[in-house]
Amino acid sequence: MKHTLSVLVENQPGVLSRVASLFARRGFNIDSLAVGTTQNPKISRMTILVDGDDHLVEQVEKQLNKLIPVIKVKVLEPGAFVSSELTLVKVACKPKQHAEVLNVARLMGADVIDVAAASLTLRFAGDEERSRTLLELLTPYGLREVVRAGSIAIEKGSGVLKNNKE
Amino acid sequence: MITGAEIMVRCLESEQVGLVFGYPGAAICPFYDSLSQSKIRHILVRQEQNAAHAASGYARACGKPGVCVATSGPGATNLITGIATAYMDSIPLIAITGQVNQWLLGRDVFQEADITGACESFTKHSYLVKDVSDLPRVFKEAFHIASTGRPGPVLIDIPTDVQTAEIGSFDYPQKAEIAGYRPRTQGHAVQVRRAAEAVRKSKRPLIVCGGGVVSAAAREELISFAQENQIPVVSTMMGLGVMPMDSPLYFGMIGMHGHENANRAIHAADCILLCGARVGDRAVNDPEKITEKSMIIHIDVDPAEIGKNMDVDIPIVGDVRLVLKSLAQQMGAAPETGEWVRRLARDKAEFVPHGTPQNGTGFVEPRSFFRALSAMMRENAILISDVGQNQIWAASSFNVKLGRFLTSGGLGTMGYSLPAAVGAKLAKPDRQVVCICGDGAFQMSMCELATLCESGAEVKIVLMQNSRLGMVWELQNRYYGGRCPATELEGNPDFVALAGAYGIRSALADSNGSAERLAREMLESRGPFLLVCRVDPGAPTL
Ligand SMILES: Cc1ncc(C[n+]2csc(CCOP(=O)(O)OP(=O)(O)O)c2C)c(N)n1
Repeated sequence: MKHTLSVLVENQPGVLSRVASLFARRGFNIDSLAVGTTQNPKISRMTILVDGDDHLVEQVEKQLNKLIPVIKVKVLEPGAFVSSELTLVKVACKPKQHAEVLNVARLMGADVIDVAAASLTLRFAGDEERSRTLLELLTPYGLREVVRAGSIAIEKGSGVLKNNKE
Repeated sequence: MITGAEIMVRCLESEQVGLVFGYPGAAICPFYDSLSQSKIRHILVRQEQNAAHAASGYARACGKPGVCVATSGPGATNLITGIATAYMDSIPLIAITGQVNQWLLGRDVFQEADITGACESFTKHSYLVKDVSDLPRVFKEAFHIASTGRPGPVLIDIPTDVQTAEIGSFDYPQKAEIAGYRPRTQGHAVQVRRAAEAVRKSKRPLIVCGGGVVSAAAREELISFAQENQIPVVSTMMGLGVMPMDSPLYFGMIGMHGHENANRAIHAADCILLCGARVGDRAVNDPEKITEKSMIIHIDVDPAEIGKNMDVDIPIVGDVRLVLKSLAQQMGAAPETGEWVRRLARDKAEFVPHGTPQNGTGFVEPRSFFRALSAMMRENAILISDVGQNQIWAASSFNVKLGRFLTSGGLGTMGYSLPAAVGAKLAKPDRQVVCICGDGAFQMSMCELATLCESGAEVKIVLMQNSRLGMVWELQNRYYGGRCPATELEGNPDFVALAGAYGIRSALADSNGSAERLAREMLESRGPFLLVCRVDPGAPTL
């Protein structure tokens, strides 16, 4: 079972390596990890996806909390958040197939960001499932290259992940 | 103007540090230069690992963070084992390392090592200081982090140019403000009430006392809680000595090398109060069997320990001392434990300690010797054991009354006892300090005999010489078809002569009679002393 964790950390050098080394040391596998700054430049937010049972997630959460630069950890409730990831995909595509591929892109809401003689490059932002669907639809043409940024997530509704210090 | 190095010293002074252990090198020279102008005493160890062990012995004996210092590169990497040892046993430690000049960082220049990176998984936190004006804040935070919550080592890595940089003035912050660090000390009231009720209702309650009780200085609270409610106590190796061993409520050490009756007790209990114990695999190897039959209450200041190795019914995050206090207030009537305590006492009597003196064999029998030794030592003596058979013999046979038993329980680091004993003695000069080690471990840190002499610490060393790496030999003998490669110590020196070379008094015992006589002489003598006890190479622990 996949779990999504939102983690607020201090925006300092070495924080990512601390988080990563924690995962490595405990043998937890990271499915996806995305980091960026928040509206407060001193604070970054990590979205971490881990695969495992409840006991594992509880350990991950507690161990993350032990790291000094970690300000807040929240395991997001399934169904109570929306998530998105960015996918760049280069599809092998002869000129006569352009129309078909463009049609898939249009239906899925992906942008065409580069066109070449034998390929089309698409950019797609959406949740993991829709990203997967897009890739499935494009597979028959030949996926030359796929780059995915990892998932970011935010809770539904007006609630926010609070930094208790503020 | 004031330099970074002077600031480092002023920070230590502000933290009331009177003693540091270390070993110099170019990258830490500015600091040493400033330290020489201070009242802080520096103990020069002979290998950096031992600076960390000595600082950790110091910290454990007096409860304040120990400080160790090393230079960049090899100095820093030599500290690692000591830092990891302290981490595993939750010892407050400040490790200060010099680093190459900032503009050279990351270039693999001479004596550069990414020590904060290397220590990532066994420091509680670490700092690489890049700006001299950050030093006071970093030191304040480091001491705060090391000594609060679950104590542990904090590393501060300081490039040479930061040590020589100057700023206008020194201002030590009053408080450490760290957004992501707020250890919870007071137990949750509802949980405490639930726990009190569970204990009150139980028929066979049992306290398991771990090293966390020592860290939290919760000895008195634990003893009085146990006594007032007549709850029996067993201990992990790290919790040894919290409960006076002659107490009628004390039933020994649990675990693989523990007392049979203590292990039985933990399986027979219906309500277990884990106090600052992490339920390591050597202490409890089948937690599921216990949780099936018993209500588990776990008190720990580190929330990540609770439920990690054992399913818990009532978790209480908090300082063991404070939680035990509030638990005591909530108890009301004590549970009816008379029958249970009598049963445990019968069990304990059944498992009379093994190991009887062997006369005329040319050997000292360790268990009975340790019982005799503990009777000779002062009530508040500090006993430090190394790792190996000697540790198991000491842990299971030494009778701690009001004193302390220190050992490397978590990482199991050989070579720990001698430097840790030096640290403990310097922290508590009035207490008797005896260090027990094997001939293998002793050779890992015997260079510290020099430190011992130089520092004037009056440490008494008992060396159990079985001329092999006994504990591993025992394992090989049992589980590897009797093939015992690489565990014979054939090149052993004459340890008595070795001590003599350092000007340390020494003697060799080859029977329990002579061992006891010489031990008495050792304890009555002034200055350090090495007592070599010849032990039967086949003497078992298991
Ligand atoms: C640094 C280190 N290396 C190796 C070990 C593995 N080890 C555990 S006990 C032991 C044997 C210890 O021998 P000795 O010090 O002679 O003590 P004895 O068991 O004979 O009392 C060894 C090698 C260890 N615990 N620590």
